[in-house]
Amino acid sequence: MIQFKDVYKSFDDKHVLRGINLTVNDGELISILGPSGCGKSVTLKHIVGILQPDRGEVWVDGQFVPKMSRDELQKLRKRVGVLFQSAALFDSMSVKENVAFMLRMHTKMTEKEIDYRVTECLEQVELHDVEELNPDELSGGMRKRVGLARAMAMKPNYILYDEPTTGLDPKTAIIIGDLVARLQKQTKITSIVVTHDVKLASDISDRIALFHEGKVAALGSPDELSHQGDGQLIRKFMEGQL
Amino acid sequence: MKKFILFLGRAGTNFFVHFYRVCSYLGAALGQLRYIHFYRRQIVEQMYRLGIGSLPLIMALSMFTGLATTIQTAYQISSYIPKYIVGSIVFQSEMLELAPTLMALVLAGRVGAGIASEIGTMKVSEQVDALISMGVDPVGYLMMPRIIAGVTMFPLITIFAVVVAVGGGHYAATTMMGVSTTDFVRGMREAYRFKDVWVGLIKSTFYGGIITLLGCYLGMETDQGAKGVGMSATATVVWSSSFILIMDYILTRTLLKFS
Repeated sequence: MIQFKDVYKSFDDKHVLRGINLTVNDGELISILGPSGCGKSVTLKHIVGILQPDRGEVWVDGQFVPKMSRDELQKLRKRVGVLFQSAALFDSMSVKENVAFMLRMHTKMTEKEIDYRVTECLEQVELHDVEELNPDELSGGMRKRVGLARAMAMKPNYILYDEPTTGLDPKTAIIIGDLVARLQKQTKITSIVVTHDVKLASDISDRIALFHEGKVAALGSPDELSHQGDGQLIRKFMEGQL
Repeated sequence: MKKFILFLGRAGTNFFVHFYRVCSYLGAALGQLRYIHFYRRQIVEQMYRLGIGSLPLIMALSMFTGLATTIQTAYQISSYIPKYIVGSIVFQSEMLELAPTLMALVLAGRVGAGIASEIGTMKVSEQVDALISMGVDPVGYLMMPRIIAGVTMFPLITIFAVVVAVGGGHYAATTMMGVSTTDFVRGMREAYRFKDVWVGLIKSTFYGGIITLLGCYLGMETDQGAKGVGMSATATVVWSSSFILIMDYILTRTLLKFS
């Protein structure tokens, strides 16, 4: 379980998070929805300790993240897979090396076992015969899928998706959305999807947290949110008024 | 006047802030030496890239510095100074100054700018964040192997540079200046002192550390996308070259006096 308790974060004079309260239950897929710059990605980075809150508490599996030691953070990070907005594939490595990266760094698996796991992960994201390609030979959608395969390589307890469909054409965005939903159903991994794509969030999420001005403005299942105040907040967000 | 003083104050403060940060990164990189076994693949890869990768360029340039030094030395010495002195001066100039310092200035461009732009690109494209999120310390994975490669491979490069430069000097001396091989070698043997070798090697070790540390630091501090990457690469060359020349004075004075 992941918990944010009254989390504040500022960058110089810019107050990005202004008291976030959010609990993510085990096995659920929650989407964080909101306009650009409202602190969605910043929230994700607090979970793996890339950013520290100015105030407030971040808990993962009962552990207080800001006070974790280096070794505790390393252990936590092995349990959390992250798909970055740009996929953040290592461009000096092939697809196979990218997916195998954590396995090589953190496990004592043999090359044969690593090869098997890499192929398994790539098959889960419906990619075949791409192991030897370099990231610059992949399309945007393929890069995201390789990023997802890399995030899953260590069989994590959590997967954090930072804008998984941003920059993709509508058809590829639907395919990636379906993939995220299918993987969550198959593996029951607790997943947090940061997005500003209302349709994606409504289609795949158990719950949606709508961020506004650095706070959780609304929280509930897609159905609940669309009926809360007759869905005014969602409508305002879609109309660019949030 | 007031504006000038304010400017100086700001520049001084900035310098010390950067100096403090560079020292912090260096401390963190030294701390990562505990995990040297964990990063052995990266260290070997960087030693190959920085060291072996730089050799063709360094050997070609050293040949020309050897040729030029010899011709200039022969031109400068008057006719009553024995010609074997050419061998002495070429060897000592190359070992003490030209091979370590001149080649370090070249490598500030090739290696330093390369490191800054590579790490800078990784920083702005979230690859450094990806490393952190995967439980891999970027200081250990990116910085420490490059710094180790710098301090170990630069002295090796210097040895190759001296050998090639002296070879070039010998070629120029025998074919253009009328100095015999026997005289050239006699000059070198008379001038040879072991301290010259280790002073040159200590200098190149420092330069290797300066270039790789600054390249890594400025790469890690990169922001503002492609523009920021270019600025980091440029700053690495400027700052590395400046520190190399300052350290050249300090090390030459200290080491020669000490020895």
